[in-house]
Amino acid sequence: MIGILTIAYKLLVNDRAKFAALLVGITFAVFLMIQMTSLFAGILNRSSATVINIGAKIWVMDPAIQTVANSIPMPDYVLDEVRSIPGVKYAVPLYSGGGLAKLSNGAYQAVNVMGLDDSSLFGRPRLIEGNIQDIFAENGFIVVKDAEFAKLLNPSIGTEFELNDHRGRIVGIAQVATSGLFGVPSLYTTYSRARQYLPNARFTLSYILVEPKSEADVRNIERAVGDMGYLALTKDEFMSKISSFYMFQTGLGTNMLLMTVISFIVGLSISGQTFYTFILENLEKFGALKAIGAKGSELVSMILFQATFTALTGYGLGIGLCALLIGLARLRIPDYAAIITFSNIGLAFVMVVVIAAISSYFGVRRVLLIEPFDIFRG
Amino acid sequence: MAVQDVSFEAYFGEILFVVGPSGSGKTTMLSMVSGILRPNAGRVEIEGTDIWTLSADRLAEFRLHKLGFVFQDYHLFPRLTTAENVAIPLILQRRNWDEAIDEALRDLKIVGLESRAGLPPVKLSGGEQQRVAIARAIISRPDVLVFDEPTASLDGDTGRSVISFVRDQLLTDRRCIVIITHDARIFEFADRIMNMEDGKVKSIQTATALTREAAGEP
Repeated sequence: MIGILTIAYKLLVNDRAKFAALLVGITFAVFLMIQMTSLFAGILNRSSATVINIGAKIWVMDPAIQTVANSIPMPDYVLDEVRSIPGVKYAVPLYSGGGLAKLSNGAYQAVNVMGLDDSSLFGRPRLIEGNIQDIFAENGFIVVKDAEFAKLLNPSIGTEFELNDHRGRIVGIAQVATSGLFGVPSLYTTYSRARQYLPNARFTLSYILVEPKSEADVRNIERAVGDMGYLALTKDEFMSKISSFYMFQTGLGTNMLLMTVISFIVGLSISGQTFYTFILENLEKFGALKAIGAKGSELVSMILFQATFTALTGYGLGIGLCALLIGLARLRIPDYAAIITFSNIGLAFVMVVVIAAISSYFGVRRVLLIEPFDIFRG
Repeated sequence: MAVQDVSFEAYFGEILFVVGPSGSGKTTMLSMVSGILRPNAGRVEIEGTDIWTLSADRLAEFRLHKLGFVFQDYHLFPRLTTAENVAIPLILQRRNWDEAIDEALRDLKIVGLESRAGLPPVKLSGGEQQRVAIARAIISRPDVLVFDEPTASLDGDTGRSVISFVRDQLLTDRRCIVIITHDARIFEFADRIMNMEDGKVKSIQTATALTREAAGEP
């Protein structure tokens, strides 16, 4: 059988123009499918940046919350109630909100401020400059060095600014695992200072971060918080909730799905049409093979091999091209939100298999129908 | 009906020409004999095997091992080298690739084209392409060789040299060669000539008798 497949391989790759057209079709289809889904995965990942960076095991919040950025403040007593739930090792408050920073040049810049629990600083970022204790210093803020850092005029330790008419001072520069989605610089300070500088509403508690005593206590805590009329979610559940919001309650998921389907259809059209033409052009040759003594199953194997080889080569090239372009994009835009995940690759693989199957189906039909007599007759 | 009431025998060690005007049923008849066109009725026996009782796969195997075809248009694969084209029947027989190519080179030597082994068929002349097709047909050492209009696209001298080569080099005591042709210039190479008309066998004569008849001799 290896010899027969070698013939199939040579018939395919030695027809360079057709083979190139087939590869271009599959490669671009895979590239577009992976690019679209990677972008979507990247955006979903970014949308959960705060959840990832803070790293709490359980988040308590208002049940109406859809994304981490749009918190709905809870009354302070909820924190005490949560702390009293059996199985809670500790629970700390988290403030998350937006403010307007006035910079040294007089310009205003929207910022996202995270207020960490004063006593534990739970969820603090990794500092690359400065000392975490300085966050307690007067007007102390830690700035995150990410793609948005420059929007604060590249501050250094000691840089001063105004936040909602309060004086602020940079005391540390941090790096976090994941940058946010909304193109806004991030600042960290204490919970009490955040409360003092930012909110104008009665309730100020954005989230309660909970550490359970054990994994077994997680469900009990979720149930108890639910009984209080609030929502407790594990880190993964919260990220999933945020993803679901973007996927199903914004146009983002639908648009990405549409683009992915269009990529699939384009890939299928180009590759299917080209492969079918390739089979038609070689129909006489397949007929001659049949006349010489090739079995139907052998001809089917040849076509399936050709389709599979083309599909897998195009698949590899598509992934490579996508990785290359994402890499290049990151050189220019360090926070470019695209992640190639195993799910993306798996989805594209399934689609490529479908493209190969449909393309070869029509080819196989034609080849099986051809009569060697037609070849013999000329 | 293209062919009706046809009955004939061909023997090992002979070259049988099938002649007749266009539309007389030569190709249809030979296709049935070769196991590529199923007759509505009747039998085709090759070495005692009624080939049309075989399953599709067994019939394909039978063709692969027992029959060699030289198509009118050759049907060589332009994307393969000459040697690879010749090796195809052996590759279909699941022989090792290198071994098949070695045997193809041996048969290309027989047809005088060993120096062209690495070229694609499109780089060869019409006569050379036909010899490649012949090498492909004989590589599995079939018992029956079938040629469809072998001289149709060749000039007179080349056509005669090809058929002369077939007679001298390929005809053995264990092989039967059947040739469909219109070309009266090569009749002299036949042992017997079967004349078909309107789907029926009009006559089967020795070549000498036919030549005499054409010359008006008794």
